[in-house]
Amino acid sequence: MTTLGDFPDWAAWLVALCVLAGSAVTLIGSIGLLRLGNFYARVHAPTLGATFGMGAILVGSALFFSVLETRPVVHEILIAVFVTCTTPVTLMLLARAALYRDRTEGSSDVPPADAAENPLPPQQG
Amino acid sequence: MNWLLPYPLLSAALLALWLLLNQSISPGHIVLGSVIAILASWVMAALRPEKPRIRRPGAALRLAGIVLFDILRSNIAVGRIIVRSREPGMNAGFLTIPLDMRSHQGLAVLSLIITSTPGTIWLDYDAAKGTLMLHVLDLVDETVWIETIKGRYERLLMEIFE
Amino acid sequence: MSLSILMWSLVIAQVLLGLAMCCATFRLITGPRAQDRILGLDTLYVNAMLMLVSFGIRTGSTLYFEAALIIGLLGFVATVALAKFLMRGEVIE
Repeated sequence: MTTLGDFPDWAAWLVALCVLAGSAVTLIGSIGLLRLGNFYARVHAPTLGATFGMGAILVGSALFFSVLETRPVVHEILIAVFVTCTTPVTLMLLARAALYRDRTEGSSDVPPADAAENPLPPQQG
Repeated sequence: MNWLLPYPLLSAALLALWLLLNQSISPGHIVLGSVIAILASWVMAALRPEKPRIRRPGAALRLAGIVLFDILRSNIAVGRIIVRSREPGMNAGFLTIPLDMRSHQGLAVLSLIITSTPGTIWLDYDAAKGTLMLHVLDLVDETVWIETIKGRYERLLMEIFE
Repeated sequence: MSLSILMWSLVIAQVLLGLAMCCATFRLITGPRAQDRILGLDTLYVNAMLMLVSFGIRTGSTLYFEAALIIGLLGFVATVALAKFLMRGEVIE
């Protein structure tokens, strides 16, 4: 068990680098949320924070606690796995909902649904 | 053995999750976690989902490496578009790609890969025609994107799942 | 020395994450459409989760880990429910 007072230099630099890089990328992603022009372009912005931003900050956290407690602390993997599996699902659902709304309003910005022109029966499964 | 562990991979993942959550590998936690993992896999068996078969674990590892590298690369690309571009998102557009893969698990993994890579999002899959609609942030050259998705991901996924 | 580097970089990181949360909140408030607001909310959840992880490093306590996990779970469920509502809530089927 290391106390915070004699936390080694190299680990402090590494943790600082990881956390700073992660938060900077997350901020860039959120700025994209403001700068990008329409909804479908904006959907791409939060993935920055949810992939690299999250990964870097969690690596920093795992490194910090592993050095601090002088044993491998890897439960950050849980958050990483969880966020990696759920963020795509939410973004896909949201984008599909937006597409559906735009299509029912007859918006010309989105490609139309062409289900009507080939009435094949839905496949099993 | 088959009645005890209908989904061995799922049970192993649940046990690993339990041990990570409790941050301990003491025998007590291993026993408790195993009981929970086996019970949960029985619940899963009652739902009778299609059993995924992972044909080639080596290809799966290679795919994971490729995807991690691509996520890193497109993070940089999307970040550059947001910061540098004067009017970001002006090249964005929809793209339709014909897919050869029909395996449900393969398509599910492909959708996760495409959406979690910054710059591309999975929108709509037409099961009858086997076409996939994407939205791409930097749609300068369509053939490059089609090449990336079919050549880099779909081929490996078909090796793994079909 | 090493401690002050770490503490200062954590403060800077938290300021950056706070700004990111402000951007997401701005999108949540201004819209223009419902799907933009939900996207802002989802980003806000992810940023808040990262903020909690950085608080955990700053205080050296692993308690914040559970809080981050729970806020991630809640964010997922909330966004999925709202997206589902957008698809089915206002259109008569």
